[in-house]
Amino acid sequence: MSHLLNVEDLEVKFALRFGDITAIDGISFSLDKGEKLGLVGESGAGKSVTGFSIINLISKPGFISKGRITFEGNEISAYSDSKMRQIRGDRISMIFQDPMMTLNPVFTIGMQMTEVLMAHRKMSKGQARKIALEKLKKVYIPSPEKRLAQYPHELSGGMRQRIIIAISLLTDPAIIIADEPTTALDVTIQAEIMDLLQELCESDNMALILITHDLGVVSQVTEKIAVMYAGKIIEYGPTDQIVKHPVHPYTEGLIKSIPGTVIKPGEDLVQIPGMMPTLTNIPQGCAFNPRCYLKEDICTTATPELKQKNGAMAACHMK
Amino acid sequence: MNTKNTLVSINNIVKHFDISGGMLDQLQFKNFKPQLKKTTVKAVNNVSLEIRKGETLSVVGESGCGKSTLARVVMGLYPPNSGKILYNGARIDNLTHKQMLPFRKKMQMIFQDPYASLNPRKTVQQTLEEPLRFHNPKISNKDIQKKVERVMEQVGVDPLWIKRYPHEFSGGQRQRISIARGLILDPEFIVADEPVSALDVSIQAQILNLLMKAGRERQLTYLFITHDLSVVRHISTRVAVMYLGTLCELAKARDLFDTPQHPYTKALLSAIPVVGENQAKHIKLKGEVPTPVNLPAGCVFHARCVYADDRCTNQVPELRTLDNGTCVACHAVEENQISV
Repeated sequence: MSHLLNVEDLEVKFALRFGDITAIDGISFSLDKGEKLGLVGESGAGKSVTGFSIINLISKPGFISKGRITFEGNEISAYSDSKMRQIRGDRISMIFQDPMMTLNPVFTIGMQMTEVLMAHRKMSKGQARKIALEKLKKVYIPSPEKRLAQYPHELSGGMRQRIIIAISLLTDPAIIIADEPTTALDVTIQAEIMDLLQELCESDNMALILITHDLGVVSQVTEKIAVMYAGKIIEYGPTDQIVKHPVHPYTEGLIKSIPGTVIKPGEDLVQIPGMMPTLTNIPQGCAFNPRCYLKEDICTTATPELKQKNGAMAACHMK
Repeated sequence: MNTKNTLVSINNIVKHFDISGGMLDQLQFKNFKPQLKKTTVKAVNNVSLEIRKGETLSVVGESGCGKSTLARVVMGLYPPNSGKILYNGARIDNLTHKQMLPFRKKMQMIFQDPYASLNPRKTVQQTLEEPLRFHNPKISNKDIQKKVERVMEQVGVDPLWIKRYPHEFSGGQRQRISIARGLILDPEFIVADEPVSALDVSIQAQILNLLMKAGRERQLTYLFITHDLSVVRHISTRVAVMYLGTLCELAKARDLFDTPQHPYTKALLSAIPVVGENQAKHIKLKGEVPTPVNLPAGCVFHARCVYADDRCTNQVPELRTLDNGTCVACHAVEENQISV
């Protein structure tokens, strides 16, 4: 109960012409103050939809069909749009993947930053500017006064992503949801941004939900991970445990298919045959069964539940 | 260098792009006098490399370092501003289209985005048949069918799907088809420009295995362009590191990852997130990559380098070969200022 954020049995559907399809199929997880959680999976696993649904950013034809999301003890999944707006971008902020697309190209950085405080905190422009400057310094932007007057196109990708992080910090949120924050950036800049996010979480006791496909990034930054496959969490627990001793065959395959983890250079990588099913035809039973090397009859009939194994939770009949 | 073993030799390639636009864009006033000023992007500056027969040479670097431009110059897709490209000893960068044809057959390219590189209005069959018919006008339909089927089996696409269009395939399968297109003429040399960057991890492993298998079976030489260093470590024989259009380091894959020499290579390698390692001990670089429009004087890396001194700001370091065969362009390494 005392968790900062609690997601229980969340189900998200998209209403399409030929019927509803389930993008998120009954997932549960929790997040404490200052905790860093990684949502990992390949494209189409439902990790971004999970992130969006926490702050109710699911737009039509999508809708939350089941489940409860509680934040600081309040059930925010039942909030009206206007009430949600007081949480979204205030207590819970979001950072998106592409720093080129997130900032509005026709407004200065200063306007885009003060706007947030003027809307959420009813501040004057002068006060807002002061806080904006302070946050820019916090993300190590050189000569912050000058940046406030600049437009996004005058800045590099890494700098823009820092500005976006500064914007998400303006209201001192309790949670930051970062959806692939470094996918569009180069490795050296990725490392800097990840260091920064980690440092900010520790200094401000902020919680982080990091959505990514990159297990390397997740294993360096987060304490807990949830591996998603076809709309379900199939493994959930402490990062160290899962990365070193994965239980679910999918997690295991995912880790072994990264060059340099298990396989020596030049040898064939472990590959998971086939590909992630589309949401319109998810296989019966365990969604991973057509690609699994441990598959037995039960996998094609019964859906496995998450159960305790080696200090983590995994959804697999065979383990 | 042993020229017998060299398949492709890249000699002092320079490639600049003019981005100055029309006359009005170029117009500038200096001391109240109008003058026209050209703006050029200096994408590749004096790069020399030898690609040996049967090896996989990877070119790595961050976006904008000129690695893709270099690949395209090698393939003859861009004419270089200066420098020479030799293929098996024959100069190919100044050939006409017709003279280039026999080389095009032996050199093939695989692109990054399998959604953009396949023609959406052509079936797999049409896509794969086209190069065969173009380069062998006398080939019989039966031979074509045999070849297409064989190559499809090799890349793991069921020949029954031959009549399908690209949109009916997933990203991984599309990349298999573009690899099939690259292999169908039995080339010797393949340039792969970020062939797995657009794919998911589990699919990426499938495609890398396929490329390595094809390489072994057909004794292919690869020029592999990528920004993903863990992929590079896995597949390469040798690795070239580029920064801002310049070659900083060229080494055997193992040497590069075990004992990187150039300060930029060190920073780049330290930034790779490794699964199972909690804390990144990465080397922070000062500032940001300068634009290739205004290249810094001296060593292009000096503004971000912790070892930089006066010499680095004035004098361009030359590529020098160390005892273990690694080539590195750095004054500090040359003067033994950096402890490895």
